[in-house]
Amino acid sequence: MADHAPNRPGFDCRQSFAETLIALARSDARIVAVCNDSVGSSNLNGFQKEFPDRMVNVGIAEQNMVGVAAGLANGGFIPFVCAASPFLTGRALEQIKADIAYSFYPVVLCGMSPGMAYGELGPTHHSIEDLSWLRAISGLSIVVPADPAQTAAAVRWAVGADIPCFLRIGRFKVPSVTANPDDAFAFGRADLLRHGSDLTIVATGIMVSRALAAAEVLAAGGIAARVLNVSTIKPLDEAAIIAAARETGGIVTVEEGVVEGGLGAAVAAVVVRHAPVPMRILGVSGFAPTGDTGFLLDHFGLNSHGIVAAARELKG
Amino acid sequence: MGGQPAAELGGARTLASEMAALPDAERGRRLADAAREIRRSIVTAIDAAGAGHIGGDLSVTDILVTLFFGVLNVDPADPTHPDRDRLILSKGHCSAALYSTLALRGFIPREQLLTFMQPLSALNGHPNRRKVPGVEANTGPLGHGLPIGVGSAIAARLSGRGWRTLVVLGDGELQEGSNWEAAMAAGHRGLDSLTAVVDRNRLQQGARTEETNRLDPLPDKWAAFGWEAFEVDGHNLLALYEAFTRQRIGMPRCVIANTIKGKGVSFIEDRVEWHHKVPSPDQVRQALAELA
Repeated sequence: MADHAPNRPGFDCRQSFAETLIALARSDARIVAVCNDSVGSSNLNGFQKEFPDRMVNVGIAEQNMVGVAAGLANGGFIPFVCAASPFLTGRALEQIKADIAYSFYPVVLCGMSPGMAYGELGPTHHSIEDLSWLRAISGLSIVVPADPAQTAAAVRWAVGADIPCFLRIGRFKVPSVTANPDDAFAFGRADLLRHGSDLTIVATGIMVSRALAAAEVLAAGGIAARVLNVSTIKPLDEAAIIAAARETGGIVTVEEGVVEGGLGAAVAAVVVRHAPVPMRILGVSGFAPTGDTGFLLDHFGLNSHGIVAAARELKG
Repeated sequence: MGGQPAAELGGARTLASEMAALPDAERGRRLADAAREIRRSIVTAIDAAGAGHIGGDLSVTDILVTLFFGVLNVDPADPTHPDRDRLILSKGHCSAALYSTLALRGFIPREQLLTFMQPLSALNGHPNRRKVPGVEANTGPLGHGLPIGVGSAIAARLSGRGWRTLVVLGDGELQEGSNWEAAMAAGHRGLDSLTAVVDRNRLQQGARTEETNRLDPLPDKWAAFGWEAFEVDGHNLLALYEAFTRQRIGMPRCVIANTIKGKGVSFIEDRVEWHHKVPSPDQVRQALAELA
C-alpha cells in the first residue's frame, strides 16, 4: 500500500529554505532569523555561522519568540521566525494574532516540520491544526510550498512581501513537482499541474506529488483528473477553484492536516457559493496512532490509493 | 552596549532636552500640570464613552506623563521616525490614559478623545497602532508588551541606532508567564536600552494581587532574571523622571512604580470595584472638582 511517488528523488524542503535564506541575507542586512532553540531543526546552522548576530535564539519560549519578532519588525528588520510548526502555531497563537496579524507587522512565520513530519513522536509534535487555526486569523497570509523550487521562490517572495505571513516548510521528503523552476511560485496563484476534465484534485504541500500519482492511476482507468497545486492557502485562488468546479464537475481536496478548517474547508466555502459540485475532503481525522510519517499518511489514506478511491466514489 | 544615544528628533528643541535643562521645581511643575490635565481628560473620556478602565488609567498617568513629556525622544510630527524611542503600553486596557497623553502631547487631536470607544472610532478600548499615531503595538491581551520590547531593543542594538524601549506593565499582568520568558531573554542579553515600568498598584480586576497570586518580593524576581530593579514612588514625578533618566549599567532596568489605583479621585483610590466601573454624572462632577 505504501506510496512514495516512485522513481524520483525526494527532497527535504528545509534545505532549500535555508540555502535561499542565507543567500538573501548576504545582500539584505534586514533579514534576521528568530528561533526557539531550533537552529538545528530549522536547518539554520549555516545561517548562524555566517550571521551570528542576526540569529536571535530566545531559547524554548515561543510566546516571547513571536513577540520579539514583532519588535524586530518594528525596528525595521525582516524576521524569519523558524520553529517547529506545532509549537510556533499552538503555543504562540495569541501572539500571532495580536502581535503579528492585528498589529500588522511584516514577520515571516516559518512552521518547520509541519503536518505529521515528526511521525512516531506523536500528536503532541504533529502540526495538523495549523492551517485551520491560522486561516481564522485576519491579515495573515498562508503559503504551503510543495517542493524545493516552490520553497525557494516563496522565501524570495516573503522577503519583499511586507505583510504578515506563514510559510509551512516541509521536512518529509518530496519529489519535485514544479514544471518551470523560473516560475515555481506566485503568491495567490494555484498552479495547474495536470489538465483534466472529469474531476479536479486540489492538493497542497507534500500531498501534491501524491495527487499527481493518483491522477496517473485514474488516467489508466479512464478518468481524466485535473491537478491543482494550491500553494497559497490564504488568500485562495478562487478563480482557479471556480473554474475547476465548473469545468470538471467534482473536487477532491487533500491535505496533511485536519479536515476541519483547512484547505478542504476553504475550497468548499468557494465551491458552495459559486459553483456547487460534489466534493470529498481528505485529511487527518483524530489524533494519530504511533508510526512514522509514511505509515501515518497511509493510515489516513493520504496516498494515491486514498485519493483514487475518493475520486472513483465521487464519480459514482 | 546598546549603541549611541539616538539623535534628538524634531530639531534641537525637543521636549525631552528642554525638560532636562529645567530646574527640578520647574520640571516638576510642568509635569504636574500635564498630569492634572490628563487625569481630567481620562475622566471626561470615560464619562463620554460610558466605559473604560478608570482605576488603572489614573494609576499609570504619572508614569505616562513623565515619559511622554520628560523622557521619550519622540516627535508628534514624525511619529514613525526610525530613531524614535519606543513606548509600548503592555497594559493596553488603560488606553484612555494613553490617548489622553498622546492628545496633550500633539500626536492626535484633542477633540478626538470624545470619540473614545464610539462606533468606528480610531480610539478602540485597546490601542491600534495602525489607527493611532504614537502607538507601537496592538496590546490588550496581557503579557504581550515585554516580548515586543525585547525585540525592539535587540533591533536597536543590531541596527546600531540608539533608541530606547520602554514597556509599561501592569502588576497583575506579571502573572502571565510570557513576561518572564521576555525578562529572561533581556537579562541574558544585557539589553540596557530596555526599561520595564511596573504600575504597582497592587490591585487586579478581581482582588489584590497579593491575595490572588503573590508577586512580592517583586524587585528580587527581576534581579534574579538579570535586571537592575528598584522601587520608586509612582506618583512622585521627579522621582519617576530620575528613575527613567539614570545612567545605563549594562543590564535592562525595571522601575517598579508604587502607585495607587484610581490616584487623584478620593472615592476611586485603592478600591477593587473601580477596575472598570463607570462614574455616575455626580461622581464625574466630584472627580473633576478633585482634579481641578
